[in-house]
Amino acid sequence: MRPRIGPHLISIDDLDRSGIERILDRAESFEEVAGREIKKVPALRGRTIVNLFYEASTRTSSSFELAAKRLSADVVSIRSAGSSVDKGESLKDTVQTLSAYDPAAIVIRSPHAGAAQLVAGWTPAAVINAGDGKHEHPTQALLDVFTLRRRLGALDGLNIWIVGDVLHSRVARSNILALGRMGARVTVAGPPTLIPREIEALGCEATVSLERLEEADVVYVLRMQNERMRDAYVPSLREYASRYQISASRLRPDQLLMHPGPVNRGVELSSDAIDSPQALIGEQVKAGIAVRMAVLYELLVGSPLLAVAA
Amino acid sequence: MSPVTAPRLFSQEAPPAEVLIRSGHVLDPRGEIDEAHDILIRGGCVAELGAPGSLSPPADGELFDASGKHVFPGFVDPHVHMRTPGQEYKEDIESATAAAAAGGFCALIAMPNTDPVLDDPAILGSLLERARREARVPVGFLAAITRGLEGDALTEMAALAEAGALGFTDDGKPVISAGLLRKALQYQRMCGGVLALHEEDPALSRDGVMHEGPVSTRLGMTGIPPVSESTMIARDAGLARYERARVHFQHISATESVEALAQAKAAGARVSAEVTPHHLTLTDDLVRTLDSRFKMNPPLRSEADRRSLIDALRSGLIDCVATDHAPHARHEKEVPFEAAAMGTTGLETAFAALFTELVLPGELELAIVVERMSAGARLFDLPTPRIAVGEPANLAVVDLDRSFEVGAQGYVSRSENCAFHGRRLHGRVVLTLAAGSVAFRERLLVEAAPAR
Repeated sequence: MRPRIGPHLISIDDLDRSGIERILDRAESFEEVAGREIKKVPALRGRTIVNLFYEASTRTSSSFELAAKRLSADVVSIRSAGSSVDKGESLKDTVQTLSAYDPAAIVIRSPHAGAAQLVAGWTPAAVINAGDGKHEHPTQALLDVFTLRRRLGALDGLNIWIVGDVLHSRVARSNILALGRMGARVTVAGPPTLIPREIEALGCEATVSLERLEEADVVYVLRMQNERMRDAYVPSLREYASRYQISASRLRPDQLLMHPGPVNRGVELSSDAIDSPQALIGEQVKAGIAVRMAVLYELLVGSPLLAVAA
Repeated sequence: MSPVTAPRLFSQEAPPAEVLIRSGHVLDPRGEIDEAHDILIRGGCVAELGAPGSLSPPADGELFDASGKHVFPGFVDPHVHMRTPGQEYKEDIESATAAAAAGGFCALIAMPNTDPVLDDPAILGSLLERARREARVPVGFLAAITRGLEGDALTEMAALAEAGALGFTDDGKPVISAGLLRKALQYQRMCGGVLALHEEDPALSRDGVMHEGPVSTRLGMTGIPPVSESTMIARDAGLARYERARVHFQHISATESVEALAQAKAAGARVSAEVTPHHLTLTDDLVRTLDSRFKMNPPLRSEADRRSLIDALRSGLIDCVATDHAPHARHEKEVPFEAAAMGTTGLETAFAALFTELVLPGELELAIVVERMSAGARLFDLPTPRIAVGEPANLAVVDLDRSFEVGAQGYVSRSENCAFHGRRLHGRVVLTLAAGSVAFRERLLVEAAPAR
């Protein structure tokens, strides 16, 4: 008997390896749905999902919305701009107001670490963390693991390098935990100002040099934001690019390349790398819908394993 | 130097106590008393100390049975945010002093980061008036070092000292300009009082919300490195020594700061330091809960830092305990950790937290904790509470065998942002006398007494 997932998904710490695998297995069955002409299953018919986004987001919010719709849920998407959030309503009041609609799940993206956990204390709904500050982005890590598992079968013993701005990256934190849980060995690499102190405690190695990059089976590149230069984390994007940009010439042909998007072409990645066949970036985006359908399904329907293809 | 002789502590009129405190275990480390006594208090002063059961209550007074309980000199807190004027929705003079009395404190020193800032003699004058009407225990005030706490221009320090300020602080903020601090030190030497410094280099602490270490890395929160505090302590100790001025370092939190303090004292600088009960008993590991009650500045630090602070308090390198009682309304704390206000309340839990977490496990002797809980008085030129014949009654009766769950019955403070919330602590204050009057009496005891 596999463990039930939930009641919330706030951190990768909420999942053990079998929990991750259960979501990935479920996502594979939903991928099949995506190939049909009518891409819908009735699993969440009559139930409501609220997407509450306090930060700009294109792919995460659209992919959660599509995932919920493909499960036949009613979806309410709220963005901070133009909503009562914009008028100074507190997170607590907003969540309690939305909870009056009796949603099955609230998906929340916030600029603050711990927001999803707080929300879970204020609502009877299942809460899914769609990114909280620099803390975690568990569904991103799950879709990354899913993408890799589809391509390679298993992650055990894989060498995975996460390169770039680790300090400000919730994607890096969730991925270090999720990849480690799946048996991969993780190394983070980047300029010393963007590698947080004692990151090794999360279960990875850390380096400021790409000298040993050829050891990697997978190179996972993080987004480098322009404001990091303004805040003097790096002297210039030009110097950053010369030392840390991943280009086709830095990669072995059999190394896989990943990126959570959106990409800054010419900064953390060169165009020839992005457009190369070893890049999995498009597959990651595609996996987002199936994995988020799986997360919603496992949290809200869960075991026993029903015939979802009905 | 012209030490100020005007009154320096202010509280409401209260009838002087007429009471016999019978058979309590009196522990006054400075007077080297450590045994059971009767304490007869007449007209608010200690009239007689006698063997347990030997003295009779005053004819017009009452008997308080303290057998099985301890009697300590009242605690003195040199670091309290009373939030008055301007932020009475968090706390006011009455609620802060009532909370203090419930925690066994007989005197407090209030911080000037109010709204408006206490940077003008007229504001101080009105606060002293309010304290005379509302304060349940005597209160003294520190005025700001710089106008509006903005770090640009000195306040009228001499006028503020004459109006009754005990000293000066920009607490909540560092004095960033070494040049301006130097001028303040020169003025301090002239007008007396103490400069109490919140040490933090904002270029290092930036927008940090917690201790920098493995926990901040795991949570993705911006860290406040210990060196943001210790480098400023080193700088300002150097300035104080050069100017032969008196400086008090507030709420020090880190091993590096303890080292800087030791160097300053060894070099002969006139410096003193305080540490809070929460930094002595809690660590940054608690921030993993994401509970904003654990957010304060300076932040809870590592276990190694905590151990350094305990050692320094034991040796006397750190002179005293201060709560940094910092009340905030619920809506300021019921938000994500990074967005929450900095600070924890502490007046009602200070002694019990130290007794439970440090004395019971054998880290510190009870006598040391009791001494450090009132040692702040001398640092600000206030009389140190003593249990001795002729002294005004400033004492706390504490039942060390009684435990309580923090917050289970609410708080006396107007705010509930206590880092010890939900913990079971030992050491219940049952009676507090401050400046000769009963400031706090546990209601439960009075109700339960006839049934016994």
